[in-house]
Amino acid sequence: MTADLAELVALAKEGDQQAFEELVRATYVDTYTLALRLTGDEEDARDVVQESYLRAYKGLKRFRGDARFSTWMYRITANCAANQLGKRVKHRHDELDDDGAMIDDRPEHDPEAQADAGDLRRRLTSALAELPPRLRTVVVLRDVYDLPHEAIAAELGISESAAKVRLHRARRKLRERLFNGRDTGEEEQAHAV
Amino acid sequence: MRCEDLGETLAAAVDGTASLDTVVRTHVDHCLRCQADLVQYRRLLKAMRALRTEVLEPAPGLLADILATIEEVGERHAIRSLLSGRRAAYLGGLAAATAAGAAGAIVLTTRSKRGRLPLAG
Repeated sequence: MTADLAELVALAKEGDQQAFEELVRATYVDTYTLALRLTGDEEDARDVVQESYLRAYKGLKRFRGDARFSTWMYRITANCAANQLGKRVKHRHDELDDDGAMIDDRPEHDPEAQADAGDLRRRLTSALAELPPRLRTVVVLRDVYDLPHEAIAAELGISESAAKVRLHRARRKLRERLFNGRDTGEEEQAHAV
Repeated sequence: MRCEDLGETLAAAVDGTASLDTVVRTHVDHCLRCQADLVQYRRLLKAMRALRTEVLEPAPGLLADILATIEEVGERHAIRSLLSGRRAAYLGGLAAATAAGAAGAIVLTTRSKRGRLPLAG
């Protein structure tokens, strides 16, 4: 944590509302970025960010300061995003099957267009958006934000081994998507047992 | 050993948190296909880590919304603290008045007892 942020956290813990607002100003874009990566939807991401800061505000006294404030916010955001995605499933009946094939029928994402674009980052962002939310959440938290397996499992309410399984499955799907890997879902399912 | 069975094993090993056992390692050392997969996993991981520096700007208004929510909650909290402080002060005052009353009664009782003793003798 930078000295400034640490100082703001200390002041905010003593009840300084202005200090907490400064913390929000300093970190909200980063928090929104994570929320958008996790939810894949701007409206959901805004709700997640609001809820995350509300929880942080109410729970700031419990923040021990042994982790960076940003890491603490990532954990809260991950938890809020998981709840938000749960609500979305309830309301929209989204398909969450981990082994479902990633179907992308948008013309701008056909293989030729991808080859032409040649932009790994852009293709990666697109591939992430197509992952089932429960796989996307784990791979983003681990591989982009470097959260430990233990923290990811705790915030998502799953076991550490389940978090690892999701991570490896997500990486495999991303690799297949980005590099036209040799394995298809069907092929793997055939060899699964 | 079949290359198809190693997909998630290689995915687990790419960040160094899991190691390949001897049998798998021997296979990968002699299998160009698996080596190519491992290279792709490394590229993927590198690209994922690079996303960390990318910032996605929210639409205008988000900061104002967050601050307004926090302010509202802060005000509610302040009002609750104020009310609970007043309640505590009221209860404290009541307790002090009761204690003072009791002390006064004891003093009066004691004095009146002392006053009566000589008369009794």
